Amino acid sequence: MAEERRQKQCSVVLPTESMKAMAESVGVGQLQEESCVALSEEVSYRIKEIAQDALKFMHHGKRRKLTTSDIDNALKLKNVEPLYGFQSQEFIPFRFASGGGRELHFYEEKEVDLSDIINTPLPRVPLDVSLKAHWLSIEGVQPSIPENPPPATKEQQKTESTEPLKVVKPGQEEDGTIQGKGQGAAAPDGKGKEKGLIRLKPRSTHELSVEQQLYYKEITEACVGSCEAKRAEALQSIATDPGLYQMLPRFSTFISEGVRVNVVQNNLALLIYLMRMVKALMDNPTLYLEKYLHELIPAVVTCIVSKQLCLRPDVDNHWALRDFAARLMAQSCKTFSTTTNNIQSRITKTFTKSWLDEKTQWTTRYGCIAGLAELGPDVIKTLILPRLTVEGARIKAVMEGPVVSNIDKIGAEHVQSLLLKHCASVIAKIRAQPDIVEQYRTDYGYLGPMLCSHVIKARTQAALQAQQVNRTTLTITQPRPTLSVSQSGLSGSGGPRTPSIIKVPSSLTLMSPRPGTPSQPSPPATKYIVMGTSAGAASTQQVITLSSSQSASPVTSTVPSATSTLQPLVKLESGSAPGLTASRPMQKYIVVSLPSSASSSLETKSSVLPTSISSTPLDAGMKLERSESPGASTQSPH
Amino acid sequence: MAAVQGGMADAKDDVDIKTEPQSDGFANSNANDTRVLSASPGATATAAGGPKPAGGAPEDQQTLLAVLQFLAKNKLTESAEILRREAGLPEDALDPKGSDPSGPGGAAGGADAEGGDGTSLLSRVTIPPSAAAPAPVKAAGDDQPDVSVVLSAYSQQGDPLLYKVYYRDLKKFIETVLDCHRAELSQVFYPLFVHMYLELVYNNHESEAKAFFEKFSGDQECYYEEDLRILSSLSKKEHMRGNETLLDFRTSKFVLRISRDSYQLLKRHLQERQNNQIWNIIQEHLYIDIFDGMPRSKSQIDAMSGSLAGEAKREANKAKVYYGLLKEPEIELPLDDEDEEAENEEGKPKKKKPKKDSMGSKSKKQDPNAPAQTRIPLPELKDSDKLDKIMYMKEATKKIRLGPDNLPSICFYSFLNAYQGLTAVDFTDDSSLVAGGFADSTVRVWSVTPKKLRKVKSAADLNLIDKESDDVLERIMDEKTASESKILYGHSGPVYGISFSPDRNYLLSSSEDGTVRLWSLQTFTCLVGYKGHNYPVWDTQFSPYGYYFVSGGHDRVARLWATDHYQPLRIFAGHLADVTCTRFHPNSNYVVTGSSDRTIRLWDVLTGNCVRIFTGHKGPIHALAFSPNGKFLASGATDGRVLLWDIGHGLMIGELKGHTDTVFSLRFSRDGEILASGSMDNTVRLWDATKAFDDLETDDFTAATGHIHLQDNSQELLLGTYMTKSSPVIHLHFTRRNLLLSAGGYNP
Repeated sequence: MAEERRQKQCSVVLPTESMKAMAESVGVGQLQEESCVALSEEVSYRIKEIAQDALKFMHHGKRRKLTTSDIDNALKLKNVEPLYGFQSQEFIPFRFASGGGRELHFYEEKEVDLSDIINTPLPRVPLDVSLKAHWLSIEGVQPSIPENPPPATKEQQKTESTEPLKVVKPGQEEDGTIQGKGQGAAAPDGKGKEKGLIRLKPRSTHELSVEQQLYYKEITEACVGSCEAKRAEALQSIATDPGLYQMLPRFSTFISEGVRVNVVQNNLALLIYLMRMVKALMDNPTLYLEKYLHELIPAVVTCIVSKQLCLRPDVDNHWALRDFAARLMAQSCKTFSTTTNNIQSRITKTFTKSWLDEKTQWTTRYGCIAGLAELGPDVIKTLILPRLTVEGARIKAVMEGPVVSNIDKIGAEHVQSLLLKHCASVIAKIRAQPDIVEQYRTDYGYLGPMLCSHVIKARTQAALQAQQVNRTTLTITQPRPTLSVSQSGLSGSGGPRTPSIIKVPSSLTLMSPRPGTPSQPSPPATKYIVMGTSAGAASTQQVITLSSSQSASPVTSTVPSATSTLQPLVKLESGSAPGLTASRPMQKYIVVSLPSSASSSLETKSSVLPTSISSTPLDAGMKLERSESPGASTQSPH
Repeated sequence: MAAVQGGMADAKDDVDIKTEPQSDGFANSNANDTRVLSASPGATATAAGGPKPAGGAPEDQQTLLAVLQFLAKNKLTESAEILRREAGLPEDALDPKGSDPSGPGGAAGGADAEGGDGTSLLSRVTIPPSAAAPAPVKAAGDDQPDVSVVLSAYSQQGDPLLYKVYYRDLKKFIETVLDCHRAELSQVFYPLFVHMYLELVYNNHESEAKAFFEKFSGDQECYYEEDLRILSSLSKKEHMRGNETLLDFRTSKFVLRISRDSYQLLKRHLQERQNNQIWNIIQEHLYIDIFDGMPRSKSQIDAMSGSLAGEAKREANKAKVYYGLLKEPEIELPLDDEDEEAENEEGKPKKKKPKKDSMGSKSKKQDPNAPAQTRIPLPELKDSDKLDKIMYMKEATKKIRLGPDNLPSICFYSFLNAYQGLTAVDFTDDSSLVAGGFADSTVRVWSVTPKKLRKVKSAADLNLIDKESDDVLERIMDEKTASESKILYGHSGPVYGISFSPDRNYLLSSSEDGTVRLWSLQTFTCLVGYKGHNYPVWDTQFSPYGYYFVSGGHDRVARLWATDHYQPLRIFAGHLADVTCTRFHPNSNYVVTGSSDRTIRLWDVLTGNCVRIFTGHKGPIHALAFSPNGKFLASGATDGRVLLWDIGHGLMIGELKGHTDTVFSLRFSRDGEILASGSMDNTVRLWDATKAFDDLETDDFTAATGHIHLQDNSQELLLGTYMTKSSPVIHLHFTRRNLLLSAGGYNP
């Protein structure tokens, strides 16, 4: 191995063609082959020499990455004038093209529209160097604060929970876990492993320090309390804090118990709060939730299918809770379902079974359908579409038959719109045009005609959107942001320059969950253009949550990568599951991320873009909140 | 100005050392080595009397000869004569034929005295005349006379095709010898390989050289990979001229330590086979340090090898080192009596007693290993220094006793928004100020206490103050300039080294622009720019007593300066590659330097001699730290290992494995119980230093031969590992109360 590598090192020499090309570029026409060989060897050697010197500068600069300035300094050592103008870290000036048997590297010179430059808002001023202190360790124990890395990584938590108990010799049981001086409960296994001792599953995970108990109390109170601002903060903390894993058992018990009690008491608000907690927990990238699914999933399913969730089913909007919980369920299926635990199939079975039951209430029925529909278009296709006729008949019985009860009627209405919403887009994909009403009626029964119109709508919508995507692409290359939803710092720069092609939903409010504290530099403005094309009036009020939960770690998200910075747009037609697309034919959101024009190295990658857009009729108005995750904040360790 | 008046002792005023401004620091180094502070005129004569035992080292001689040749060529006969007399060279030193034998003569004599091996002496003296003859001719057209002399040693050549055969023969032989000898003899492979390759390259057998390299480079120890990479890129004779690394390989003999039995085996084999090619190389380019006794094991050899020029010769580490601490000046503590009494009332009478005792015992008896108090002239204590000492003692009473069961708390200072530009950090001893050096050429100073940084008022304003008032020191400060941080502009390249003076009045910074700058922390302006290193200066540090400072850089020398002299007092030359870090011994009599040649050298400030050479690191050294008692040294390198050294015996005494990347910072706790190391791998690790030093067995044999068995006990010594969040740890500092401060830039 090593030998092979070295051989390579030995023989790496620039191709002679490059020599010829370079000679040509300075006007030397016919360069002899021997000269080329000699030159290329000499040049390769010198380049290697310079690279070696540059490495020295990198080491002394305490960096892992070689920069252009290192090369400059290495050149200076050799008394060579450095190359000026290569300051940007990512800037590679050449573009490559081939054709006609020639390979070309050329400078790309774009035409620059001055007015564009003048009109783009000024980039953020780079922040000055500042000094911040935190405790890395207190008497040997590393406190779990955001400034420190998570005490136990997800992998560690996983191995901890999945690894079977080690065989322990009798009599040795006691001293396995407790050792690890001062490391405390934070990393009870780290030391043991290193020392090669027999490792036991730590038993003391339920011991919380006083601070943690306080934290737990504060968080849970805020989550179910009445103050919305506090709750937002608490949820934010749950979704981002790296040191929560010791409290995870408490949280999961809190949630499952809470759901159990509040379902009985029909306390809709509290159930919603608890579901939001589940969502926050799932958003936290440092938590390994698998261990607690047995508590969380029943709670979530309860909120989907429970017969009654609120005191006045005819007035209260418990449907939204069901939708939200169904989405949570789908998300957890996606993340946690494996061949061993089979979550998805078990959940699907549960939903189908109760849906098929004749005596099932409309509320539960709604929940089952919503739960299934969220699982994706394939599930809709195989499980929901075949039953459309039967379901249509049932709805017809309620709607057109003798008035049984108002509640049933409302329920039937909701089920109907739900079915239409989810099925239309799927049908639009699987059925060929034309859409004939009669055909639909024979295929789908009572719901047929309505479905037909929805499908037609969905088709036009898709076509319109395809056009718009093209248009947006144009917009991107010459950035003309419409409405830049930016971070806390740039509060509400609502676009005065709104091109007419893009309709902005009128009731859009911007909410930044975290007021920017002065000590904490906010990230360079990543701009989101949110365009809503509401072909039909939205029937429900919508909350769009743009949460950047996917930013796995601060490192990856801000490592500037040449490919991602200019990725023109991220098109999000609702959540990441294609099934969700189908569910809301009314509203399409295209979220476009513009790299902030000047902060060259720190563009937030497009990957921090929302992973889930959930539309839940919860509160009035349209909210767009982008929770700030550590990945998004650039230069602060928290 | 302030700097000059500052820490200056009267005795120093007459010190004025002239160094001829020569372009080639490498060549003039030896002349400077022998210069001494005028404060000790007696030493001048002895030191100048010739490079003593170490002076016998062939490379020194060779350099001298090169200088002599240069002088002769330029008709500077007078200077040549003086230098010749100074260096104690014989009259015919300039004669190229006579020159070489005279050089190694001294060295061989040394070996002879120990080994009594007549053949080895003989073999060194018989050198093919072709080696030296073309030297003067070549020198004519070259501005580096010694270079061509050295390179021309390769002009002798055998059949290029036979090189492979020779090497393979030797390899076969070594593989078949007894196990106990194999490890020792295997050491020969690497230097032989390099020299044979270079010989091939020098004689323009490019393809053979390549084939040779490809065939055998895989056999070499993994820690030479870095060098092999450089070697591989070198395939033409012309390349050899400018390549410093390879030049070093030439100029210095590769040192091997081999037991007598193994050596005899090797010699017999080579003589039987008539393998002159290899034998010549061994004679010319290798220095074989023969010892009596058991051959060393593979692990013993591996522990010590890895440096660019082999191991240190044994005699290089024989000189006496006064590693003890200087006596602390007696300071009466009348000032803090009130405080102490107040404390006594609170029922802490014990605190004072033990402290008094410990201080008393230290000052009463002179440490036998300590240098004389006046060996190096030190600046006199000023009143403010005394006050500071008293503060220090007060703080020391509140010091936490650390140990394996009582780990220090660690406070981490993150430099936010540094955009990977943070290159150096330093804390003042009382932990009140932090300074950072940045790649954008700036130096920034922060106050980490509520006390803000203020400038002194301008001269015009200073005239207006009442100089008689009690709070005149307070009045001279300009309140309007108070801020938490100040930026110092002046350098024109990244700042790589930074150091506060012990009295907190000055700050030193060294930079890529080749200068070391002295900044006043009263006016926040630059006072002096010390020019001397023409290349990047990698590190600088103040002496623990102030006034002196040391710097080291890409020009491969370390320089000792005094703040009031614009030229260095000493130039420590000997490293074969960049001097990457420099540290003062706690008693200020010694300076230690780490280098890219993977060796650590300890230099005597008084004589300018190298008194210790430590080999064993496998990568450039980036961190050094003395234990507070001055007895031990810890070093960290890019290989991620921390090595511990006993300075008195000149031995490696420990190896701490754990870091996965360059160790940038090392620091002992105030009492020396804990060693903290900070690394590029984003961790701070704590090690049990007490245990590491206690387990030491230094019986006479190991002390005499320098062969130690290192136990692999890193895991037992590791007390804690603390990850930071994407912040390489580049500086560590124990406060006076034993709180550990660490610093690094946040690089998301």
